[in-house]
Amino acid sequence: MDIDKRTQQLAARLAYISDIFGPRENASVALLKHRLGEFLASASGYGMRELHLQVDRLEELFSLLEGKLEGELSPMDRVRIVRHPQRICLKDILENVYDNYAEIGGQDEWSIDPGMIIARATIARRMGKRTVQQPVMIIGQEKGHGQEFRNGGSIKPWGNANALYYMRVAEAENIPIHTYVFTPGAFPVEDYPGAAQQIAKNLYVMAGLKVPIVAVFSEGGSGGAEAIALADKRLMLSHGYYSVISPEGAAAIEGGLKEKASPELIERCAERLCITAGDNLRLGFIDRVIKEPALGARPDNYEFFRQLRREIVRATDEVVHAVQGLGPLRALAMRRARETADPLDIFVRWSLSASARNALVSQRHKKYRAMSLGALNDNSTMGTRLYTGLVRCLWQVNSLLRHDMLAKYKRRLSGILEQMEAELRALDQGLGGPFGLFRHVGGNRMGIPPEALKLLTSLSCPEEGACRTEDSWVYVSPKSRADRTVTCPNTATHGCLDLWAPDLFGEFAGVCSHCGHHFPMEFQWYLYNVFDFAQAYEFNTELESCNPLHYEGFDLKLAEAKRATGLGSSCITFETRIEGLAAVVAILVSPFRGGTVGAAEGEKLIRAIERARIKRMPFLLYSHGTAGIRIQEGTCGVIQMPRVTMAVRRYIDAGGLYLVLYDTNSYAGPVASFLGCSPYQFAVRSSNIGFAGPGVIRETTGVEVPPKYHRAFSALSRGHIQGIWDRRDLKKNLHQALLTMGGSNLYYR
Amino acid sequence: MLNVKEMLEELKASPYEEIEVVTPHTGVIEFVGLKPGDRVAGPGGKWNEKPGTLLANLTREKNKKPICATQKGLVTDIAAGLEGTFVEAGVRLLTIRHFLSKDEVIARILKKALYLFCAPERAKYYFVPEIDAKIKAGGEQSVKPREGMEMFIVSRMKRETPLAYSGPEGIVYAVYFQQGDNVDGGQPLIGVCQESQLTLIQDVVNRVQGEWEEQD
Repeated sequence: MDIDKRTQQLAARLAYISDIFGPRENASVALLKHRLGEFLASASGYGMRELHLQVDRLEELFSLLEGKLEGELSPMDRVRIVRHPQRICLKDILENVYDNYAEIGGQDEWSIDPGMIIARATIARRMGKRTVQQPVMIIGQEKGHGQEFRNGGSIKPWGNANALYYMRVAEAENIPIHTYVFTPGAFPVEDYPGAAQQIAKNLYVMAGLKVPIVAVFSEGGSGGAEAIALADKRLMLSHGYYSVISPEGAAAIEGGLKEKASPELIERCAERLCITAGDNLRLGFIDRVIKEPALGARPDNYEFFRQLRREIVRATDEVVHAVQGLGPLRALAMRRARETADPLDIFVRWSLSASARNALVSQRHKKYRAMSLGALNDNSTMGTRLYTGLVRCLWQVNSLLRHDMLAKYKRRLSGILEQMEAELRALDQGLGGPFGLFRHVGGNRMGIPPEALKLLTSLSCPEEGACRTEDSWVYVSPKSRADRTVTCPNTATHGCLDLWAPDLFGEFAGVCSHCGHHFPMEFQWYLYNVFDFAQAYEFNTELESCNPLHYEGFDLKLAEAKRATGLGSSCITFETRIEGLAAVVAILVSPFRGGTVGAAEGEKLIRAIERARIKRMPFLLYSHGTAGIRIQEGTCGVIQMPRVTMAVRRYIDAGGLYLVLYDTNSYAGPVASFLGCSPYQFAVRSSNIGFAGPGVIRETTGVEVPPKYHRAFSALSRGHIQGIWDRRDLKKNLHQALLTMGGSNLYYR
Repeated sequence: MLNVKEMLEELKASPYEEIEVVTPHTGVIEFVGLKPGDRVAGPGGKWNEKPGTLLANLTREKNKKPICATQKGLVTDIAAGLEGTFVEAGVRLLTIRHFLSKDEVIARILKKALYLFCAPERAKYYFVPEIDAKIKAGGEQSVKPREGMEMFIVSRMKRETPLAYSGPEGIVYAVYFQQGDNVDGGQPLIGVCQESQLTLIQDVVNRVQGEWEEQD
């Protein structure tokens, strides 16, 4: 019966409301409960007319109070809305927003990762009487209204790899990509291809993808979101959240990892992290907010889907319009009709011309370059800024002349000379007869001078015995001043003897002389003994970390870190020479807030990479240890993942050599973006590399990981890193790597 | 001849193993407040990655090292007089009384009563067809291995080689592997006992299964 159905709907609405507001007391919710209960109790006594009247009234009351409750939503309530099984999900969007779709990345549980939906869809647009089907690639996480096999939209590494494959397909087909972010975070297992590694690959590819990408955020959980969200336009649903870490995770860290965080602390953390659509719009990390109905969109809000369709079409149009000129009339119409008219009325073709595709990528770079600039302290004076700007211009001109113009002719000339020389040599060696005359012209073998030949063919310093020259380190660790012994952690399995600290931290450079275990060393040790910091030129010291979200209590912690380390941020950038080869080096310093990366660190890295690009130098990133993205900076931190990766991509595309060196513990965001995307990554022995630590893996996935899960050797066998180095050989190995991977001019294209 | 019954009586009289915890090297001993009768736990976790209960700390050259329990059990006898003193290596600190579980008792008895023939390398093992047929027809005990008898086929990487038994004569008491499964090197393949002791061993194992009371 009609009345029954309507009362049932009201009861369902009430259940939803009480789910959202949780255990919190709320007058409106209590009133609704009371009124509905009252009605149900006395319903049997009413006549038909009266019943209709009462239900009408109740429905009105519900609508009214839902509107009122909408205004009372706290950030944590929004998190609950997003996680509610009745929340719209990607399948609903495919059904209601697009005109036609076919899943191509697997179907339901028959997929490599059922949490990731990939589909080809079309949007129909009218052009006069003709209908034009515009194809798009849809990629997004599917929460599936609580379907168990979807894993809550938490994507495994191979799911992200699948998404990446179809992004490339879209690029080949020259169709736009619409991504929908519905993920609480990536599934943090290191099985091949590895959570962090795969996200890094995704970001790297997306940074240079030559088709329009539009992302829509509903639940944006840190790295898992970034894996598909590096977009030209980022839209966000008004009840969604986009955050560096779940409020629960932040609360667990805040309250000490051991005990379970209280609901109040979680609420507080949700507020402090600035995770709502409004916050993110204000901070500039998203472009537009799509208004949802009161208390969040649910699958039966058809008007909302219509609006979503308009917004997504408009966003794609705008991206295309920005790089590919429309006719003057349409451009005018688009400007006029920004807010009001239906974007479907103005026809825009979404496939891009070759020049527009390149312009699109550089637009994307510009967009991300400009983000989060207000989230750091720049203490440099006007004078220094002007001066650095001027120097930069001069260097640009210099590089242009030397490397782009002169080098081209030089290369061509040297190529011709090389050819000629090789011809002559062949003539000399392979042909007898009259050409044999050329033989032995130089006097000795191949014309190599005798001293060089001796160097190449005899042992180095054969008279002086073993010629160890690295006995004395320039910087000696203060730990070597303690008169005590130290036990190697491998004693139980390898039988290592105790080591005397002055030996271990002095001459042995923190390496167990028995098993080769590497004890952590101070970052200064590397600065002075590997990177020759005393002769280096440090730049951008004026950029310092700050507290952009005014996170409670963080100012104090930050001041303490600055005092203890004497640094302004966890990143040091400088120009140095490694065995005579000039390079730009950046270091992430572990003692400064665990080496976490925030807006200041991101900006310093980007500037260092730009410097390396302009001056045509190799870029070396040494991670002395990083715990991930700085959670207190919220999305200002997360956005550094795409930002810095873009800078890296641009640098590598321009022909740069980017080397990464891991030490101690490197985890989470940085590894899943700008560290992990380097083609040449190396690790110091005994270092750990991964996406999430063992504790987090246990908590989020319920899987126990073996004790040596994150060791560099696992990363090596997975193919994440390319080699593991001994600390004492770092300088030599780095030099060797620069020579072999950089080629003769260290700038290989 | 092995007297299994006597062995069982012996085990019953003292159903535990006494583990003496000794200092691995010199140093100053500092106990952590354990009393006789306290329970301690052995290494735990799926990979035994969590160390057992802390028993004492030993400090040498300002390097404090924990000494942890290697088995679960009761602390019986603590050399409390050593607290704060400098000790040599190999000095007894305390004794842990570890009560034997059923499996441990059976393993001990079988270890003494059986001869275990182990896999020489990691591979798949099969019985040769004649022995396989015999086992299928008359059970494990119908096979009587003797020195030099070809009993197994070792199958690895598409390479199949025969493997001869070596050890004392007797009858097969138990087969410890599944045909066609991979067996690691050093894992037992079969246990061989003297024919006369067969019933005795079976009897003892049954009795242990039924009667042994596991403490703690």
